[in-house]
Amino acid sequence: MAAHLSYGRVNLNVLREAVRRELREFLDKCAGSKAIVWDEYLTGPFGLIAQYSLLKEHEVEKMFTLKGNRLPAADVKNIIFFVRPRLELMDIIAENVLSEDRRGPARDFHILFVPRRSLLCEQRLKDLGVLGSFIHREEYSLDLIPFDGDLLSMESESAFKECYLEGDQTSLYHAAKGLMTLQALYGTIPQIFGKGECARQVANMMIRMKREFTGSQNSIFPVFDNLLLLDRNVDLLTPLATQLTYEGLIDEIYGIQNSYVKLPPEKFAPKKQGDGGKDLPTEAKKLQLNSAEELYAEIRDKNFNAVGSVLSKKAKVISAAFEERHNAKTVGEIKQFVSQLPHMQAARGSLANHTSIAELIKDVTTSEDFFDKLTVEQEFMSGIDTDKVNNYIEDCIAQKHPLIKVLRLVCLQSVCNSGLKQKVLDYYKREILQTYGYEHILTLHNLEKAGLLKPQPGGRNNYPTIRKTLRLWMDDVNEQNPTDISYVYSGYAPLSVRLAQLLSRPGWRSIEEVLRILPGPHFEERQPLPTGLQKKRQPGENRVTLIFFLGGVTFAEIAALRFLSQLEDGGTEYVIATTKLMNGTSWIEALMERPF
Amino acid sequence: MDCYTANWNPLGDSAFYRKYELYSMDWDLKEELRDCLVAAAPYGGPIALLRNPWRKEKTASMRPVLDIYSASGMPLASLLWKSGPVVSLGWSAEEELLCVQEDGAVLVYGLHGDFRRHFSMGNEVLQNRVLDARIFHTEFGSGVAILTGAHRFTLSANVGDLKLRRMPEVPGLQSAPSCWTTLCQDRVAQILLAVGPDLYLLDHAACSAVTPPGLAPGVSSFLQMAVSFTYRHLALFTDTGYIWMGTASLKEKLCEFNCNIRAPPKQMVWCSRPRSKERAVVVAWERRLMVVGDAPESIQYKQLTIQVLLDRLVLRRLYPLAIQICEYLRLPEVQGVSRILAHWACYKVQQKDVSDEDVARAINQKLGDTPGVSYSDIAARAYGCGRTELAIKLLEYEPRSGEQVPLLLKMKRSKLALSKAIESGDTDLVFTVLLHLKNELNRGDFFMTLRNQPMALSLYRQFCKHQELETLKDLYNQDDNHQELGSFHIRASYAAEERIEGRVAALQTAADAFYKAKNEFAAKATEDQMRLLRLQRRLEDELGGQFLDLSLHDTATTLILGGHNKRAEQLARDFRIPDKRLWWLKLTALADLEDWEELEKFSKSKKSPIGYLPFVEICMKQHNKYEAKKYASRVGPEQKVKALLLVGDVAQAADVAIEHRNEAELSLVLSHCTGATDGATADKIQRARAQAQKK
Repeated sequence: MAAHLSYGRVNLNVLREAVRRELREFLDKCAGSKAIVWDEYLTGPFGLIAQYSLLKEHEVEKMFTLKGNRLPAADVKNIIFFVRPRLELMDIIAENVLSEDRRGPARDFHILFVPRRSLLCEQRLKDLGVLGSFIHREEYSLDLIPFDGDLLSMESESAFKECYLEGDQTSLYHAAKGLMTLQALYGTIPQIFGKGECARQVANMMIRMKREFTGSQNSIFPVFDNLLLLDRNVDLLTPLATQLTYEGLIDEIYGIQNSYVKLPPEKFAPKKQGDGGKDLPTEAKKLQLNSAEELYAEIRDKNFNAVGSVLSKKAKVISAAFEERHNAKTVGEIKQFVSQLPHMQAARGSLANHTSIAELIKDVTTSEDFFDKLTVEQEFMSGIDTDKVNNYIEDCIAQKHPLIKVLRLVCLQSVCNSGLKQKVLDYYKREILQTYGYEHILTLHNLEKAGLLKPQPGGRNNYPTIRKTLRLWMDDVNEQNPTDISYVYSGYAPLSVRLAQLLSRPGWRSIEEVLRILPGPHFEERQPLPTGLQKKRQPGENRVTLIFFLGGVTFAEIAALRFLSQLEDGGTEYVIATTKLMNGTSWIEALMERPF
Repeated sequence: MDCYTANWNPLGDSAFYRKYELYSMDWDLKEELRDCLVAAAPYGGPIALLRNPWRKEKTASMRPVLDIYSASGMPLASLLWKSGPVVSLGWSAEEELLCVQEDGAVLVYGLHGDFRRHFSMGNEVLQNRVLDARIFHTEFGSGVAILTGAHRFTLSANVGDLKLRRMPEVPGLQSAPSCWTTLCQDRVAQILLAVGPDLYLLDHAACSAVTPPGLAPGVSSFLQMAVSFTYRHLALFTDTGYIWMGTASLKEKLCEFNCNIRAPPKQMVWCSRPRSKERAVVVAWERRLMVVGDAPESIQYKQLTIQVLLDRLVLRRLYPLAIQICEYLRLPEVQGVSRILAHWACYKVQQKDVSDEDVARAINQKLGDTPGVSYSDIAARAYGCGRTELAIKLLEYEPRSGEQVPLLLKMKRSKLALSKAIESGDTDLVFTVLLHLKNELNRGDFFMTLRNQPMALSLYRQFCKHQELETLKDLYNQDDNHQELGSFHIRASYAAEERIEGRVAALQTAADAFYKAKNEFAAKATEDQMRLLRLQRRLEDELGGQFLDLSLHDTATTLILGGHNKRAEQLARDFRIPDKRLWWLKLTALADLEDWEELEKFSKSKKSPIGYLPFVEICMKQHNKYEAKKYASRVGPEQKVKALLLVGDVAQAADVAIEHRNEAELSLVLSHCTGATDGATADKIQRARAQAQKK
């Protein structure tokens, strides 16, 4: 089950149960046996909502991946397409329906649009002559998917690109809808803060949607005290830097997808005695990472340099616990020992896994190249030599290091210098095109459009002002027992989280000047509550802030927010929502364009 | 009344019935009913009578008259029937009167005789005429089934969402069936018909013969059939005077009865009271009424809900009474008062003698922001009455764009619809309007409209990018967006063109666009790319092998790997590859070739711009310590220690570090002192450290 979703201040299991109920209701509408045809992109996110067992309980007998031509044979009464509302998918569905074997038993077709029904898509189905073939055409408003007790994501990979490159605000509309669903379950959020163009638009849509629903007065006592909407382009810097928390590094190196990570299997080979390691597993080791695992919950947000000591301490505790069996003398003691055994064995398994992962990561972080890269990143972030061509980057290009790595560094330098001098910018671009191919001119244009790479306007560098005012660079960082959020990047305090922290205390009025430098408007809106629902905070009771990152958030930022939540005098606990859980690599990847 | 049971009559063994008058009808109709087509709505709804329906004279006085009465016989409406001959009348679940004409047209009227709309049961009917028709009710709504002169059935299961289904032919059917009815099973509407001694079941796919279980023998024809309101039960009356009652699925017999009357009954219907367990069939002849019943297991009847009651009141324009009931029952506003006010508003917009402004104002005054009121529904009604301007005024009060937009489109106010859709933020809605506009306007006007709506323009560009590439180009051209045009042609050079000439031409167009966009860098880069492409083609011709679409860097590497060092150098000069990168490039390629001699020659060609540590590193990567050592000696002082450690010369590394008095270097060397042989070196370093501290 999903117990880890209810650990936090806000019980996100309520949301999970609500979306599961909606799914069951839809499945039951299509009476009889069924096969689901999946838009492949949806299977990962759906896995967090409903396992196969739930589908099976509702007579789902077969599952297929959506592809052209005729559907595979399946002796079922219903065929249900689970799809995102995209035209190219409609074409495939039409092909499926039209090539259905008329001689076989008639099967009923249905479509479930996720997260929203689309007139455009239905028009396309109509043009293709198949709209009438569908008995149920419905939408499944799966906007925000609970990932953890304090974490929600829309898992919309292209949201940033669509919003900032293509002027397509579809994902913002979905975000607003998702926020309305949250408010329906957790009460109206009385205060909305925001920074950025997209934030402003989402807030506008929410206010508008609220007006549309005037009929159904929300009578739920509000769980959230406020909402902070943040545009990713207010802080383009943070995702470019290499995350240095445990979870952040796992994501940087191996990539976490829908809370799962695939790892090289060698380190996880079962240790058998007398076995010369002949049959090492060849398939990647797949692990789920969330706070349901006690040890992971403890170390995920720590700086990686502080993980080793926790692991070794844990190892001692666990072996001591196993040693206890020698002290168990009476039947009662043995019984008690045995009853704790499953828990201890799970803990030992978990420890073994994370020790292996930590070793894998350490191999990377102790490499010279990792050290060199980190040094350059930290120089840029602390404002050193950001205005000239960097030797390390030059060498990376000359040695044809992965292009994304190069792009991350060049963009980081550009952002830390409020844009590059034209000569420097052109030099990097020319080097990249000559080395990696001229086709990347499209990717470079995209990065420029998104503001990640740009010429410095009027030779003015605002970054030092921002860095100093927001204290983005902290020289005295304590990785083991952190006192400030900067521990997540071993020195750099993520700008986005600093904004959240300053909003909570002392308020944004203190940083008006910097807010004006950062792109997009900043604003505050109030949503009036009926008197009966107004909250009287107990002394010492923390506020709960829902912070929504429009365009993606990194695990290091999440770690920094969790750090703030846990501060004893912090005053605010955070629940985090985003369009996508991402890192610099997946972010740049999504902005790249390959014409062939 | 001296005895309560005195007027109850036995019906079978365990059930009784009685006859009493609920109320007398207000109308003064008596014998005339005989000459009327009659339709009574379910749940005590209105009754429609069409008098003289079969008259065909054109004179006004002889024309048929359509009268609508309440259930108690109060006249609600009366109108002259000016349309064609009517075959059948029936009420829909929404209390709309459906009049099925001989020509297949179905005319729809409101409770007050107001004409609503019409639709046709198909072209086929025009020729063959409608012989018979039934209006029936299912969970989807109200349906119409017709029997044509060609003895074919057509039905629509829901007149609200008209889809005509022509039923399959009944084999060998030469004349009209003796009787027929509609059934509804498993959400599918079917037709049951009797031809001589046979019964057939028609659904949209097949015609199948069916036999009721336990049917008495000797039947040569069915004279009447009746299905219960819930479609669960069926009664059949045969020419032997025998009544069969069973489930409509024809799977089970409930009872049978022989009435010994062989004359065909005028009418046969199921009747039962809400929540009663008894079911009965009433059969009527000219002067006789018979009740046949049984008392089996319990059946749940849906009750007339409060909602339906309110609907009925509203249809009768009894708004104040309905509102009083709502208030008395304390119904939530959305279900109660607001709904009734909305209905009132719909009625109000039909008052043609009041000006648009006054109606809109009156409605807004009364409704305000009442939750749950749909201004768009009211506007739709206004539009239905031909009052477009009023509809637009009313739509202004509608807070839900999703509701405003479709109606605005219907009223051909597409541009207004576009701005409303944009306001909503719902991109799907914007797309819908855009595609509508695209069909409605000529291209120029459409583009102009887009130009004034940046959000719509970006969305449309995205649409074109995936669906209509040529249009995308036109859009960029219109906006003089040369930068994007450049990118467009870059993409095209990869996608559309196979031949080098074609690709180069596309790139030239791209370069021109970049110049126009004042993006000199991109223009020059594109020109370089054209030069490279041509060169690669030449290289393939002259040297063989694969060069096309390699990057410049990889082209040079490939040349070196192929032993064409001169050509590689020429390429580097032509494209001004910076010295540092060229050195890296050559170093990597020569090491890959393991051409150590050439590498050494290269290293001595001039002073290395990248130093000599990379030489050491790359040799070690190829496991050639011998070559590596050659370069280690040439590494500059700053990286000397690192180089010496790489080639495994810990002792010398220690010496250099001590000489440099560099603490970081010292600890680096120390961390490399692992083997037993390094013991002396480690001591040496420790001593040097100690000495340094003393000073």
